[in-house]
Amino acid sequence: MTIEELRELAIKEQARQNKFNNRILICAAAGCISCGSLKVKESIIQTLKNHNLHDKIEVVGTGCIGLCGAGPLIKINNDDTIYKNVTEKATEEIIENHIIKGEKVQKYLIKPDDPFFASQLKIVLENCGKINAESIEEYIAVGGYEALAKVLTEMTPLEVISEIRKSGLRGRGGAGYPTGLKWEIVHKAKGEQKFVVCNADEGDPGAFMDRSVLEGDPHRVLEAMAIAGYAVGASQGYIYVRAEYPLAIERLRLAIKQAEKYGLLGNRIFESNFNFRIDVRIGAGAFVCGEETALIRSIEGRRGRPRPRPPYPSEKGLFGMPTLINNVETFANIVPIILKGSSLFASIGTPKSTGTKVFALAGNIKNTGLIEVPMGISLRKIIFDIGGGTPEGTIFKAAQTGGPSGGCISAEYLDLPVDYESLQQVGSMMGSGGLIVMDSTTNMVEVAKFFIDFCKDESCGKCIPCRVGTVHISGLLGKISNGKAKKEDMELLEELCYMVKETSLCGLGQSAPNPVLSTLRFFKNEYEQNLIKD
Amino acid sequence: MVQEKTFDNRYKLLNRTINKHQGNGRALIEVLHSAQDIFGFLDEELLIYIAKALKLPLSTVYGVVTFYHFFRLKPSGEHTFVLCMGTACYVKGAAEIQKKVEEHCKCKFGETTTDNKVSLIFSRCVGSCGLAPVAILDDQVVGKLTPEVSLQRIKEWQESN
Repeated sequence: MTIEELRELAIKEQARQNKFNNRILICAAAGCISCGSLKVKESIIQTLKNHNLHDKIEVVGTGCIGLCGAGPLIKINNDDTIYKNVTEKATEEIIENHIIKGEKVQKYLIKPDDPFFASQLKIVLENCGKINAESIEEYIAVGGYEALAKVLTEMTPLEVISEIRKSGLRGRGGAGYPTGLKWEIVHKAKGEQKFVVCNADEGDPGAFMDRSVLEGDPHRVLEAMAIAGYAVGASQGYIYVRAEYPLAIERLRLAIKQAEKYGLLGNRIFESNFNFRIDVRIGAGAFVCGEETALIRSIEGRRGRPRPRPPYPSEKGLFGMPTLINNVETFANIVPIILKGSSLFASIGTPKSTGTKVFALAGNIKNTGLIEVPMGISLRKIIFDIGGGTPEGTIFKAAQTGGPSGGCISAEYLDLPVDYESLQQVGSMMGSGGLIVMDSTTNMVEVAKFFIDFCKDESCGKCIPCRVGTVHISGLLGKISNGKAKKEDMELLEELCYMVKETSLCGLGQSAPNPVLSTLRFFKNEYEQNLIKD
Repeated sequence: MVQEKTFDNRYKLLNRTINKHQGNGRALIEVLHSAQDIFGFLDEELLIYIAKALKLPLSTVYGVVTFYHFFRLKPSGEHTFVLCMGTACYVKGAAEIQKKVEEHCKCKFGETTTDNKVSLIFSRCVGSCGLAPVAILDDQVVGKLTPEVSLQRIKEWQESN
């Protein structure tokens, strides 16, 4: 395919869409599907047929629209109206009133100035909920694969890397390593073959950003992986997806097939000398495989056990070759940086943490779902404006970020700007983006035990501090919550936490005590009130 | 023995995956996924077959199978109740559901009821946190779950033939 052919395809698809008077978009991501959105879609199609409108209105299943807690969600494209809790019965009402008479149905309406939607800024999720995730033509119609074409025809690999460096993009998987720098290291590394790996092993419980991107806009990730392949000199890519995401796997496989059909993946892409292929690898339920060296072993068909670094995967990775590993959300930022320029991207967020961050809002909060906000926004704004605060009659207690590796942030830090450094300063971390709100009904000692039990079960067993230490931390926490612990046990607990943190081999063990340490820091009284008094 | 099995259709399907990867040991996890899809679980005979086909020691195959939570060495019950134990589900009361379900089924999560009707399985996180608490009841994701709905579904399963 040439660029001209790509643009022709885009125009053809736009013309096809313009033949319809309107489009009804139905969220067909995993959350809304479990609320029955596929039945709603059938019902809408049937209702349109009954009114003889099925030739005039297109019905499309899309990726995540965002407000998962109020699903199924549908969107009327022409006036951007979003309806929530749409049941099969509601479809008749919405079509008769909104589509035919032009009157919005207040009962299901989400107001356009609703802070949940109004306070967001969408870069990563710009296509999610707008296009049919199973159609490459729709992706091309909104400018898809233009960035790959631009890179292959106008830019050298070093120019691509320099553009990514200038954007200030940092890894969205949690650690925040500068993406451009990583690309440059892999570019410079010597090896007869190089690989690009997309880490979609979103293991943090409470996080579903990557799932939503893969389900809603899979081509954007594929396109970015191909760009990365060109920049670092790789011709093979792997996406490592966890087995718990069957829909994401299905859509990725379909997307790869479609891209291969058009020659957007494969040999001589855009008639250049660049070849790139992508294969899907499915995880098998091991949290530790989110750690890059463990992930590499898993792709190689082995037990997913981490190894000491250095050498880093950028020098010695998959099959011993230089390997670039980035997270799904990191890749999803590449296309807009190439198309709209690094300076625009760098102007969003804070100087050290540029761009936006996608968060999965869940727990004891009114509006649960997927949000994207500029970096540097305050937690208060996320939780109370966008999230609507905690349920009636309860008081906000803590926000948990970073999953089992992160920590809890108490109410006094609500005005903290959300960026990599600030969160680390208060003992938590950005993590991949799970944000779980806890209210006055949550027992913090039990939360700490919940997380340490998670890490205990997921420890691969290779190094002793993690394998044995987490068992003992869990035991001590159990003793405390059962009211059988003394003051010395608290001291032992803290000492043990620091020992595991400082001596474990990989990130899983090093960060496993974080939830305990951070709850000890902010909610020590909840621990102490359970102790036996001398 | 290996020869005979090629007549079993299920082994034919499995061979397709093995051949797709040219019998390369690097494809072990792919092959195991495919085997579990076809057979439902991985018994010893099947593991021996895979080890031979991929030219790997049986110990390596067994080591990989037991490392990952997703692979099952025993058949599961007729119905599966997969309860999400992610943070959001936990905060929203998954532990209460766990307690009630275990009481009713008289077995713990990770086990199957004695009548082989229901397997209780924990999931780390199914990624539908917006609808917490969540469970997957026979491949159907059910959000905003309550102990009552859970027990009702399990009773329906137990009464059906």
